[in-house]
Amino acid sequence: MLKRTPLYDAHVKLGGRMVEFGGWEMPVQYSSIVDEHNAVRRAAGVFDISHMGEVSVSGQGASDFLNFVLTNDVKKLAAGQGQYSIMCNDRGGTIDDLYVYRLGEQQYLLIINASRIEPDVDWLRQKAAGRNLRLENVSDAMGAIAVQGPRAVEFVPACFPDTDKLTKNQVTTLNHEGKTIHVARTGYTGEDGFEIVAPADTIEKIWTRILAAGHAHCAQPAGLGARDTLRTEVCYPLYGHELDENTSPIEAGLGFFVALDKGDFIGRNLLAEQKANGVKKKCIAFKMTDKSAPPRPHYAIWSTGPKASKIGEVVSGTQSPSLGIGVGLGYVPPEFATRGMNIDIEIRGKRSPAQIVKKPIYQKQKV
Amino acid sequence: MSSNVPGDLKYAKSHEWVRVAGDVATVGITDHAQHELTDIVFVELPELGRKVKAGDSCAVVESVKTASDIYAPVSGEVTAVNKAVVDEPALVNTDPYGKGWFFQVRLAQREELDKLLSAANYTSQIGQ
Repeated sequence: MLKRTPLYDAHVKLGGRMVEFGGWEMPVQYSSIVDEHNAVRRAAGVFDISHMGEVSVSGQGASDFLNFVLTNDVKKLAAGQGQYSIMCNDRGGTIDDLYVYRLGEQQYLLIINASRIEPDVDWLRQKAAGRNLRLENVSDAMGAIAVQGPRAVEFVPACFPDTDKLTKNQVTTLNHEGKTIHVARTGYTGEDGFEIVAPADTIEKIWTRILAAGHAHCAQPAGLGARDTLRTEVCYPLYGHELDENTSPIEAGLGFFVALDKGDFIGRNLLAEQKANGVKKKCIAFKMTDKSAPPRPHYAIWSTGPKASKIGEVVSGTQSPSLGIGVGLGYVPPEFATRGMNIDIEIRGKRSPAQIVKKPIYQKQKV
Repeated sequence: MSSNVPGDLKYAKSHEWVRVAGDVATVGITDHAQHELTDIVFVELPELGRKVKAGDSCAVVESVKTASDIYAPVSGEVTAVNKAVVDEPALVNTDPYGKGWFFQVRLAQREELDKLLSAANYTSQIGQ
């Protein structure tokens, strides 16, 4: 049985096309993926992200615990700040990638992937045993909405006062009509925007209010289809594609979020070894160079030239609505992971030319 | 949303339409199909001269999200392909029964046309 978010009825009413995603019934699109994608790049899109999980970690031992189970350093966060982080297994493989909000000195909220709630919570509980902290899976009690795009700042503060003062990665806790909610200046699209985490029973009201406030600013509801094309263009990983339990954050190119200098943590030895001596595979971004069908996950990546061979596999791929060409991410051995290198993507038995490019694939034009 | 199903065409269960003129059948995908597929970004057509059999997968359409096979609704030799949809795949979305056609086949077995659906039958298949 697929799970539904508190916004299921609202999606159906808006004409959302509902599909399965990570055990959830979610809108893949309302009008069209390209239309919603462009709305986020030019104005704003409003996403239901209530399927994502939330875990509250609090108490005296919370900071030390999180620094032991996550790769980034939570002690760099002041209260009211958030950071991206990775939870690794003992082999340096990725259990999940997540956001940590430090809500108070000893109070944290982790935002985790919908498909990973169970393994994450099991792992966290196991590692928290005997520590002086309180760990609570509040995924069912909370809902969340992302408002993304350059014009989000024009109307989100009208719904939640003073949130325009938040800077990137800051989070604030508000009393909204008698309920505690969190508003963060974060997102998953490469655009400015906000993420709002609130009790599940308030989400529909907040959703309606944001859409109403955003209407005059060309905001529209956006589905998981656009969420995927937006994040692929800016090379943000999606668990199950770029990341899994056999892939380390170093291999995924997320070394920036691995704080080797903070002391011991799970996976550290392996990650330090990889950072020092290199990895066996690397996540690369590529663009198709000719007109071709869009690349898709699991397509083979080939080297070029007289000794061409299969060197890897595509993990994410789509037609880029912003660039009008096929783009993707894939894993290849490090000797091939050179920017500017020509590769081929095998599409239905035919090889189509592509080129390894700098991440992000899509860069916002500075005005 | 209700899809357009012109009365003068024949339809395959797999959502292709056929327009017959003499012994030539023009093939495309239905308004319902283009709507289900959403933004079409790539079309791959059969080679000219290829002899297709009814039910053969002979073209591909790709939306932002997925790739889908297109099947020959009738058997015969491919006598023309629509290069315009290769250059501008969105034509399949905007004009599925007109500028968005895919290819033409010289009918090898005219009786196959009888196995295709009428507009009324296709309409009920797509649940309208």
